[in-house]
Order: sequence, then C-alpha cells, then structure tokens
Amino acid sequence: MTLKQTPLNATHRAMGAKMVDFGGWDMPVNYGSQIDEHHQVRRDAGMFDVSHMRVVDIHGEGVRAFLRYLLANNVDKLQFSGKALYSCMLRPHGGVIDDLIVYFMSEQWFRIVVNAGTADKDITWMREQAVAHAAQLKITSRDDLAMVAVQGPHAQAKVWQVLPQTKAATESLQPFQAAECGDYFVARTGYTGEDGFEIILPATEVTAFWNALHKVGVAPIGLGARDTLRLEAGMNLYGQDMDETINPLEAGLAWTVDLKSERDFIGKAALLANPATRKMVGLVLLDRGVLRGHQQVHSAQGVGEITSGSFSPTLEKSIALARMPKEVQIGDTVQVAIRDKMLAAKVVKYPFARNGKGLGHL
Amino acid sequence: MISNTPSKLKNTASHEWVKAEADGTVSVGITQHAQELLGDMVFVECPAVGRKLKAGEECAVVESVKAASDVYAPIAGVVTAANAALDNTPENINSDPYGSWMFKLKPDNAADVNSLMDATAYQAHVDSEAH
Repeated sequence: MTLKQTPLNATHRAMGAKMVDFGGWDMPVNYGSQIDEHHQVRRDAGMFDVSHMRVVDIHGEGVRAFLRYLLANNVDKLQFSGKALYSCMLRPHGGVIDDLIVYFMSEQWFRIVVNAGTADKDITWMREQAVAHAAQLKITSRDDLAMVAVQGPHAQAKVWQVLPQTKAATESLQPFQAAECGDYFVARTGYTGEDGFEIILPATEVTAFWNALHKVGVAPIGLGARDTLRLEAGMNLYGQDMDETINPLEAGLAWTVDLKSERDFIGKAALLANPATRKMVGLVLLDRGVLRGHQQVHSAQGVGEITSGSFSPTLEKSIALARMPKEVQIGDTVQVAIRDKMLAAKVVKYPFARNGKGLGHL
Repeated sequence: MISNTPSKLKNTASHEWVKAEADGTVSVGITQHAQELLGDMVFVECPAVGRKLKAGEECAVVESVKAASDVYAPIAGVVTAANAALDNTPENINSDPYGSWMFKLKPDNAADVNSLMDATAYQAHVDSEAH
C-alpha cells in the first residue's frame, strides 16, 4: 500500500527526518535525537507537522443542537466565537469512536479537528447521524488544509515573528481559544503540555510557513518526541489509551463527559448503565527498566494494564498510564511484569510534567 | 549507504559486533546500524557474569525511548564481564557504539568467531535489510 503524504513530506526528508509508517501516513519520527527534540519543546520552541490530522467543518442551521447530541462533552460550554472544547465522540454502547477538539465559530459554523487514523470513520459516522437528525447540515472534510503545531515557551513569539499580521488577533487568546486571521486559523491548543499554537492554513502555504519558522529558530520535532511530550502531559492517545472497546469513564476522561445536564447524547444511556470498574492512573517505575504499553500491572486489588509507557526525558524515569481496578490508590506500589521480571512502580497522579517542569512525584 | 563498520570487528546478522581480545575473550556490543535504528538509548541490561550462553541465545536487552530490543550471544561461551558503566550512561551506545561493549565471553570454541561476518559481509547484510 502506498503511504499517504502531507504537503511537507519532501521538506521532512530534506531536513534529515527518519520517516515511518504512522497509521498509513509517511511521517517523521525524528530528525536526529528524539530526546533532544523533546527538551527543545519543553525549553524553547519546536514545530510539528500534524497535517495528517483532519479538519472537518460543519455548516448550517442547528449545528449546535446536532453537536449537543453527537458529542459526550457539552458544546453549550462554547459561548463565544473561537472557543474550543475537547470531547469524545461515542458509539451508543459508550465506546470511544474518537477524541477531538471542536471550535465554535458561529451558530452556522463549528470546526472539528479529528485524529488521522480515524478521520474517515469519524466523517462517515457524523454524516450518518446528520442524515438521521439534521439533514440540513453540510459536513466538509477540509483536505485542502494543512496543520502545524508550534509548541514551547517561545512558540508564540516565534509565530508572531513569522506571521506579524496575526499578532493583534491572537495575543489575547486564552488556552483553548482560536482566532481566524485571513487564511490562517490560529488556536492556542496543543498536545505537549507547553504553551503554543496550532495553526491551520492552506496546504499550498505550509511549506513556506514551515521554512520561515525554521529560519527563526523553531526546530522540527518528530512523532517520537510528540509521544513522550503528550505522555508526560498526561494526554491520551487514541488507539492506545482508549478505543471503541473502552468508554471514556475508564480512560481518565470523565472530566470531558457531561452526565449532569438533562441533555441526551449518543452513548449517555450506556455510560449511566455501566459504572466504571477501572480507572486510569499514572505510574512511575521505581526499579530500572522501561514501562511499555500492554505490560501487565499487578496490584493488591487486581490486575491492570499499561496503555502507554515510555521513558520520560524530563523526569529521567520511566512513566506510564495504566488502566487499573478502581480501588487502586495514589501512592500504592504495584508490580509490573517486564519480560521475566516483576518490577516495582508507584501509582501517581498525572500529568507528570507541564510547562517545562516535572511535577515532582517522587 | 557509507560503510562505517570497523574492519577489525566481526558482526552478526542480529547486529551485534564482536571483537577478539588479546586475553582470549570476545567483547560484544551493538553496531552503529543497530543504535541508529533504535535511537536514544535509555536502558541497558547485561547478562550475569558466569552465565553460560548458547550461540544465538537472548542474553541482554537494550531499550531506547522508542523500543526494547534483545541482544543475542554471537557464539557459545561463558560471560566473564558485564559493562556496569552502561547502567548510568546508556547513551554512550549512541555516541560510541564500538567503544561501548556490553559483555565479554570466554568462547567454548575460539574458532567460532571466524564464522561471523566481516565488515564487508555485514555491510551487504545491512544493505539487503534496507530493501
């Protein structure tokens, strides 16, 4: 099968990227040292090509009412243009179809950004639901757009250096807010635990934008560091920490599910009928080794499993997210099966790191 | 690809390098190509001194940020030393793969080392794996 390419593919190769198959996309995993790239984002500024993610625009009368029913989080929290919300989209049985960010632009236009590997099934699902509940809506997959995330303590200043025309509209943005600046859609969001912007722009302009950022000292960052950054920041990865067999209450995402209001949404009845028996916790390995996804975790309350694990460059320890019996407590010591050994790990709250610093669990 | 395999070393298909030492033991590490594939090393586990190994037996582990990888005994023998210094500096395998031996073996049969690949044969093996 031919791998899909973003408009920056040749640029990544010219910058020395090691390319890998990421869910059918030919993407940069690193441009040298993954650990250096990780620190670059925590300490300065880095840029990620996230053009494989899909922008979906929904236009028409009654978008809000439709999304109120489609999404597990409540779009009524979005009360001014540019405000963003993180949400899961659920099957009726409560499993997670995808996690996404939805932006309220106007009562006739909401923008949604979904994961790359799930984009086609997401859009199919959205259209099926629209046919049944809001046939007047127009759902458009914006394959003409690219997306670059610029993240790190100096990310905003670097973006303003390259795009001075966006500064006035974006300098007052709070986290989880976006502004339209001509052809550029600039959101103060990200997947690293650092400040910065995610910028959606015409695919035809992304190479010039990328090169301009590079010129002002923003380093390219691969998917390898993107994964360790998001893990330290305690952010879930779809397909690893949750999928259609897992409901959000057992994926550490109860805070994104609105079960209190009267509002009905797809999956609500299943969530109410099936109280969570497991929960997500953070783990820090006490022994030497590296925690990885699918390793079994033994506790006094039963067995769980690591969903995401790696080495944390910021903490210089191995960390993980694990789904455990809900009786497991913060501070407990558990045993992780790694090859032929059982290694001790401590159950901790996550995130593990934010804004350049480890959060000091040990 | 430019060959960067030191000419005096022998190599295995599973990307260990093997150096015959003057004292009759062999040192074993992972090749430049292997460290490049794995990326930033963060953990190394060497075999216990005194352990008897069969040729091709899993005996050590290297883990990068990205993945864990087994290291295999290139030939049969007894482990005479393990490089404890790598416990705290696994990144040395990235910066100096041929200076970062992981363990030493006293071969059961000294001639076994001759059966391993020389630099040219190993480079050809690496090139073939790239296709």
